[in-house]
Amino acid sequence: MHLMYFTEQPMAAYDAKEGLNYGATALTFSNKHYDPVAASRLYNEFLEEYIMADEWGVDGIMLNEHHNAPFCMQARTNVFGAILAAVTKNAKIVFLGNPLPLSDNPVQLAEEIAMIDMISKGRVVSGFVRGGGQEQLANGVNPAYNRERFVEAHDLITKIWTEPGPFRWEGTHYQHRVVNPWAVPLQKPYPRVWIPGVLSRETVIWTAQQRYPYIALNTAIDATKTIWDTYSKAAKDVGYEAGPENFGYLIRVHVQDTEEKAMQNARQFMWMQGEFTGLAHPVWANPSGYFSPSGRRGFVEFAVGRAKNPRGQPSFEEQVHDTMIVAGTPDQVIKRLKYLIEHTRPGIMGLWGNDGTVSAVDRRRCIELLVKEVMPAVKEHGKTLGLKDPWEANAPVHLRYSTDIPVQRAAAE
Amino acid sequence: MSGSVTWNETTPTIAGSKLHLMRGGSGRAVLVLHHDIGTPERLPFYDTLARSFDVLVPHHPGWGKSERPQWLRSVRDIAAIHSWMLSDLGLSDVSLVGLGFGGWIAAEMASQAPNAYRKLVLVGAMGIKPPQGDIADQAIVSYLDYPHAGFHDRAAFTRVYGDVSTDQLEQWDICREMVFRTAWKPYMYSQTLPHLLGGVKTPALVVWGDDDQHVPKSAGDAYVKALRNARLETLAACGHYVDMEKPDELARLVSTFVNAN
Repeated sequence: MHLMYFTEQPMAAYDAKEGLNYGATALTFSNKHYDPVAASRLYNEFLEEYIMADEWGVDGIMLNEHHNAPFCMQARTNVFGAILAAVTKNAKIVFLGNPLPLSDNPVQLAEEIAMIDMISKGRVVSGFVRGGGQEQLANGVNPAYNRERFVEAHDLITKIWTEPGPFRWEGTHYQHRVVNPWAVPLQKPYPRVWIPGVLSRETVIWTAQQRYPYIALNTAIDATKTIWDTYSKAAKDVGYEAGPENFGYLIRVHVQDTEEKAMQNARQFMWMQGEFTGLAHPVWANPSGYFSPSGRRGFVEFAVGRAKNPRGQPSFEEQVHDTMIVAGTPDQVIKRLKYLIEHTRPGIMGLWGNDGTVSAVDRRRCIELLVKEVMPAVKEHGKTLGLKDPWEANAPVHLRYSTDIPVQRAAAE
Repeated sequence: MSGSVTWNETTPTIAGSKLHLMRGGSGRAVLVLHHDIGTPERLPFYDTLARSFDVLVPHHPGWGKSERPQWLRSVRDIAAIHSWMLSDLGLSDVSLVGLGFGGWIAAEMASQAPNAYRKLVLVGAMGIKPPQGDIADQAIVSYLDYPHAGFHDRAAFTRVYGDVSTDQLEQWDICREMVFRTAWKPYMYSQTLPHLLGGVKTPALVVWGDDDQHVPKSAGDAYVKALRNARLETLAACGHYVDMEKPDELARLVSTFVNAN
């Protein structure tokens, strides 16, 4: 199993009452509440914590990006990735991921990721995401072409990584007349690509068709199994059997020496009123054209307050009960995580350790216990369950590099 | 009153996609181009106009009952489709009545054919960057809040839409998606249109509600300035959706203007 440490890098140094009074903590919640002195301190603390996690032996450090909101301080995932490439030694740098549609220049993204791969001596996992609805709005990017841009940017970047330039790209959303960056990835054929997501069935199917691992973000056990089923069926349709190496799972875990402290800190996972991406108007999260047309009818009723959030709004207690939040002493957490992996069988797992206003001292203790005690025990149990990560399974980077699908191999040649 | 007008529905194929076209009345041809939020099938404004004119109300490509051309990218594309439809119908000396977003389409059509149209009526038209203020951003408000804001009097909204059905909400989401597909950036205006309006020989009437919360009236002033032959009429106690809020007043203005030599 591959076990990663993740934090949203919360920017908790603002008056929480301001967000509640305004009624939103995303997109239009004013950055006049942003304190750059506190943020400078936090950035450096988070960086020190990543370095500690690497020194203690974590498999991977998972990074992401969001915009216009206090729940995540990373506005460019590649910035932290580039720093970690230089200051960490062993951990994989796992981007989950670069939001492709936000870029008007995927060539530059391909260059940046290649640079980070070389500087890190081949430690990059290059996840790609569509980016949430409000990320499109925060960046002035058309949500109606989000999926088209995602697929086209992906195709352009992987072509850059696998075929010598110069070449022309005359696509629908991207046109580049001289594609020939003098920066290509160290890893061949290209860094592993993992695709994280929450509920988009179309993305799950596309991911399976590429044979990329799909990382379910904080989904409940049942929803996770549904995702795996969708993936497995799509995998079968293109000729391979999906296994644990195709599945990843991000779960919120807070561990401390005492259960009381762990539970108290774990409540900070709810600091955005239970919304992962901040308290927001529904149409920010799903601007027209962004969402699958199949969900249109249910969504419009929710957006005007006539229906409940289709994702539900489980309480902290319900989430602990449903194993969407795991908290406790190392022994308690290990027991819970063993149960979780027995039921979901992922080869990749992200442990989202800290959120909200958890103190630096507690964050660090949590990371230390996660990396030194929890992760080794989970990995050991994973071994007995046959849960291999993509490296252990020697999985192909993309479907076209499969050695177990004769037709595909012929097509690639 | 509205029962006296018979409307015929046709679905001409234009640029590979079926366009939904309602046509009623007789007399001089008037093409009415609807708002960004689409249009109800029938409106008192349409019926009143149809008592004096041959009124054509197409659904824009991708809106309402018209098919979506996947390739459609701009308001100029929509303008070209409506021009193509008029040409196929063999109509000439047509007057254009553009409502809000439809006003932008009408202005594009006129700029592409400076001599072709009899009269041009732009009502709270998008399409020009307002010198003062900004065009309201529907992307960040709900499907109800946006049309609500376009009425000065909420009672007028209720008269037209009643208790808004889920079907209507769904339609508004589709309309909004089409706005994003065609007018996302710059949002709801063209940077080049004002420079092309100077050639339009068609006389133009620019109409604005004095409480238009969607498009600042400064855009109306800019249209009058950019067009060769235009004047502005302002309607009191009226929002952006003039056709739905003051249908009789607007129909009177349009009739007088279209019929004048």
